[in-house]
Amino acid sequence: MNRGGFGPGGGMLGNPVQQNNPNNRQKAQKLDPKTRKRVLLRLSKYLFSYYWIVIPAVILMLASNLLGIVAPKISGKAIDIISPTRNREGTSQTADPGTAGADASVPESGDGTHDASSGAETGAIDFEKLRHYILLMLICYLGSALLALALAVVLAQLGKKITYRLRKDLFEHLVKLPVGYFDRRQTGDIISHISYDVDTVNTSLSHDLLQVASSVVTVVGCVFFMISISPVLLLVFCVTVPVSVYMTKQRTTKVRPLFRTRSAKLGELNGYAEEMLSGQRTVRAYGRTATVSGSFDERNADASEAYYKADWHGAVIGPGVNFINNLALSLIILFGGVFFMLSLTGRVGPSSIFFIALGDLSAFVQYSRKFSGPINEFANILADLQSALAAAERIFRILDEPVETPDRENAVDILRPAGDVAIDHVSFGYVPGRTVIRDLSLNVPRGSTIAIVGPTGAGKTTVINLLMRFYDVDSGEIRIDGREIRDITRDSLRASYTMVLQDTWLFGGTVSENIAYGRDGATADEIEAAARAAHIDGFIRSLPEGYGTVMTDNGISISKGQKQLITIARAMLASSPMLILDEATSNVDSRTEKQIQEAMLKLMNGRTCFVIAHRLSTIQNADLILVMNGGDVIEQGTHEELMSSGGFYASLYNSQFL
Amino acid sequence: MRRILKYLRPYRTRIGWNMLLKISATAIELFLPRILSYIIEGIIKPLEKAPSVDIGAKTAEISVWAAVMIVCAFLGVAGNVTANRMSARIAKDAARAVRRDLFDRTMSLSPAQTDAFTVPSLESRLTSDTYNFHNFINMMQRMGVRAPILLVGGLAICATMDWRLTLVMACILPLLFFAVYTITSRGLPLYTKVQSAVDGMIRVVREDAQGIRVIKALSRSDYETARYDRENRALASIEGKTNSIMAAANPAMSFFMNLGLVSVVYSGAHLVGRGLSSAGNIIAFIQYFTMISGAMMGISRIFVMTSKAAASARRIAEVLDTGEGLPLASEKEYPKCDEPEGSVVFDRVSFAYGGTKEILHDISFRLEKGSQLGIIGATGSGKTTAISLLMRFYDATSGSVRIGGRDVRTIPEEELHSLFGSAMQNDFIFAGTVEENIRFFRDIPREKLVAAAKIAQADGFISSFEEGYGYMLTSKGTNLSGGQRQRILIARAIAGDPEILILDDSSSALDYRTDMLLRQAISSELAGVTSVVVAQRVSSVMSADLILVLDEGRIIGAGKHEELLAGCAVYREISDSQMGGAFLE
Repeated sequence: MNRGGFGPGGGMLGNPVQQNNPNNRQKAQKLDPKTRKRVLLRLSKYLFSYYWIVIPAVILMLASNLLGIVAPKISGKAIDIISPTRNREGTSQTADPGTAGADASVPESGDGTHDASSGAETGAIDFEKLRHYILLMLICYLGSALLALALAVVLAQLGKKITYRLRKDLFEHLVKLPVGYFDRRQTGDIISHISYDVDTVNTSLSHDLLQVASSVVTVVGCVFFMISISPVLLLVFCVTVPVSVYMTKQRTTKVRPLFRTRSAKLGELNGYAEEMLSGQRTVRAYGRTATVSGSFDERNADASEAYYKADWHGAVIGPGVNFINNLALSLIILFGGVFFMLSLTGRVGPSSIFFIALGDLSAFVQYSRKFSGPINEFANILADLQSALAAAERIFRILDEPVETPDRENAVDILRPAGDVAIDHVSFGYVPGRTVIRDLSLNVPRGSTIAIVGPTGAGKTTVINLLMRFYDVDSGEIRIDGREIRDITRDSLRASYTMVLQDTWLFGGTVSENIAYGRDGATADEIEAAARAAHIDGFIRSLPEGYGTVMTDNGISISKGQKQLITIARAMLASSPMLILDEATSNVDSRTEKQIQEAMLKLMNGRTCFVIAHRLSTIQNADLILVMNGGDVIEQGTHEELMSSGGFYASLYNSQFL
Repeated sequence: MRRILKYLRPYRTRIGWNMLLKISATAIELFLPRILSYIIEGIIKPLEKAPSVDIGAKTAEISVWAAVMIVCAFLGVAGNVTANRMSARIAKDAARAVRRDLFDRTMSLSPAQTDAFTVPSLESRLTSDTYNFHNFINMMQRMGVRAPILLVGGLAICATMDWRLTLVMACILPLLFFAVYTITSRGLPLYTKVQSAVDGMIRVVREDAQGIRVIKALSRSDYETARYDRENRALASIEGKTNSIMAAANPAMSFFMNLGLVSVVYSGAHLVGRGLSSAGNIIAFIQYFTMISGAMMGISRIFVMTSKAAASARRIAEVLDTGEGLPLASEKEYPKCDEPEGSVVFDRVSFAYGGTKEILHDISFRLEKGSQLGIIGATGSGKTTAISLLMRFYDATSGSVRIGGRDVRTIPEEELHSLFGSAMQNDFIFAGTVEENIRFFRDIPREKLVAAAKIAQADGFISSFEEGYGYMLTSKGTNLSGGQRQRILIARAIAGDPEILILDDSSSALDYRTDMLLRQAISSELAGVTSVVVAQRVSSVMSADLILVLDEGRIIGAGKHEELLAGCAVYREISDSQMGGAFLE
């Protein structure tokens, strides 16, 4: 915790690299004071729910720091024993400066300044007492280190618990959110909240807060001991602290933004590289490699310059910290030396505020180093806390996001509905004021197949969203077996549908788990039967682990069509009375499609089916075709009816034979 | 590593000067405790036995030396800052060169080589590895110079002051080094594990965010919550472990450093007792020891950093050192055949990816300039592979692909690719305007782009955008519909006046009417252009001069539409089943 005690190396070790890694998106927005207070309050609730870790941590921190702070004072005493300044032994003893020097029979100090061995003081070193102090020092340092170690472990545990809990809370809230939340957001943003933001908050809760406390303890402790040694010498800091403050200010106002620019530029460069790499073949096909390389290098130069600019200004930090330490050292030696000389020659007595012994001087120098550490760190911590608050605010915003409206109190479970669906004067828009579906009415008797056709954006998928209650209608109502779907529990409503979507979704489990996803406890035989029906059994068996193969992004290559067949197998296992097929075979080639047709027909048989399709074969056989455009149903009827009416549908149909 | 360090060669002189400056600045700082010791031992201490000496003169003497110290501090900071800035500049220049060369080399890898490296791996080489290299070059010039100087210089000065005490100090340093090195080298590999645990956790979140409909439809929230909890738990546990280990570093360092201080004081006392040392020395040594142990920590970090940078350098060098994947062959090796200008010939071509089963087997056909070839077949039948061989993204395992009688292996890449305009399945759309995407970095006037877009049936929807051709597309064109994307790609292929137009499954998302208009426009506007159309839809190829039916890499039917309907069972089957590709976009 105590980064202040490492001496000149400290500046060099303060790692400017990691904190500026381009992968860490630095978002240091400032929050308004009111929000900040609210976020802080809520955060501290999180923190203090672990009071049984926090309290011991605070105690450990205090103890470790105090031991560390006492130690230099003891080392000063030890030095005093080695080289006593007159009358300094036994501080309680009132000394008479006039008769000083009686016991310290100092031999000739030799001539050379370099040859120290000849210029040493001998005399009666009280080894008994020295050993006592040495032992004390050892105890202090060892104790301080052990306590710091314990503290570190405790903090690691605290961090572990906080991140675990935050991530858990977030995820559990996320799965309760309505589908609309995910439609409106990029997956990448959600991921960044649950990983980056949580990490930021955790660092700050489990480290920075204690670091602040520890810094305060260190600074106060050091000042206390320095005052006790020599209040006059403390004035040295009137010179160095302003320099520190100035540098810190520079760092926060000037250097940090530069590092942010640098991260942004580097991100841009990486983005460009990734994009062009994904289009490498096309770039080569058009022989544009040189041009693309040229524009890459422009960005490369930009990023490098931004990098350099940040480093150029940042280069001051390490040496600057050393400089402040060195300056303090010089000034302390200048004034402390003079005071020491006066004390040594008896011109000031121990009662004088100018009196200083050699050991005290040494201790003072050590304190000055300890003292400047936290001062230099303070700005960093403050900035960290700021970005942590911003991150916490983003996390809480998700946690405050309203979940799916709960089921109505009188909502009932529908078990195996017959499958009569009625859509009655339904209007809906995702955004208020922008209606996507206008006054749609439709009667679907059980077991019939409805095909919905229309260009992109016509509202086809929206119908599905409303049927499944991913969204609720703005006006009108939808009924199943005569019951309004908002009077039905969501779980049972959704369980009465089986869906196969165009965007196939497989998760990172085994193939078996993926097929059995909709039905707990499906047997291996049932799973394989479903896979056979979907004509994917052969492919699955050719995979390295067969049905046990884990579906990950890398490793096995599986085409979109094959994925879709797996989701079709999944649907085959389910036994819901209603079926939704949203371009279910769009990625399957026509021969395979023909092969699975029988299975698909079996799947559809006896069920109420809503089919969004663009293949004519599927559409033609539907009991009712809805032709949608711009949110309206512009035509409605069977294939024959639509063909004979000679409208939009008929003209589309005819064009394929031209 | 050595391979990459060559990039520093142009900066030899600058690095030399920089090191000199860094060494001097660091050395100057090293003298501070020495001066301190002198002030105490040389100036003040002697007064103890001569208390009546002129205090004023001594004070002046102390002030002079303190002033020297302050000057040293100033020189130190000025020198170090300048040196750091110089190294930042060198690192920037070197890293830029590495990154540029790496990008160039990456872009010119053959597809087989790209596949071998995999795109994500190439990406991380270009991004995090060059980044590591950059930091390494920068930090090595700073810490890598400073730490050894502090260590060696500090020990040297100490030795001149008091060699016995120096020995005591030197005994502690290895302990310090090993403590830090052991902890970091044990902890750092754990970070890789943490990263993969993070990836696992993120994977679930990503999957669930994308599959939220399916999850809700099947009421599997609880299942997903449990699945996520497993990953979250695993992550928390490895994170806790790693942090606990890494957290030991700081207390261990402070402890050994302080142990050194205690030893110096204690053994110093004995030396002083025997008249072999002085208290001033001890105070100076305490200063030196803090400096030196700081350097020691720096050095153990350099070790860790070097091993990380070496791994990155190796990964960069691997790409840079990859040989030409598709070298230009001489006409001696593949003699020119006497075939008409602009004809495309596949002569008994077979192909297999690196020794696996053949994807194309004994393919032969001939296509005259200006005629149209259609290739049809199920997924995985080898259609796209045939095109890849024609454009020489891969080399045939046996047989020969010729354009105008020249084997494609003897045609320089630039020249070869300038013949083609190609729109592939899921082809590349980058973040930029519609116009930029059609132009694709070529020097093509705007009118021509518009003309191409008109042929590609894209002008209509492009004009309907408020910004028209200035409409910004997202990466991968996610703000377009599938059919719109395809038409942009086709416009791009047409815009460059190609001799050979290749459309690989590039109109599959178009509705029939648009597809028909597209075909009509191509045949009327681009007469004289040889075209190769790969499709799953019979209607897309039925008007071709030659249709090849591929099945598992073999030609099982070749001829015109009517001929195939009569003579090829598979073709007939496909044609029958197709009442339909996309009925509507």
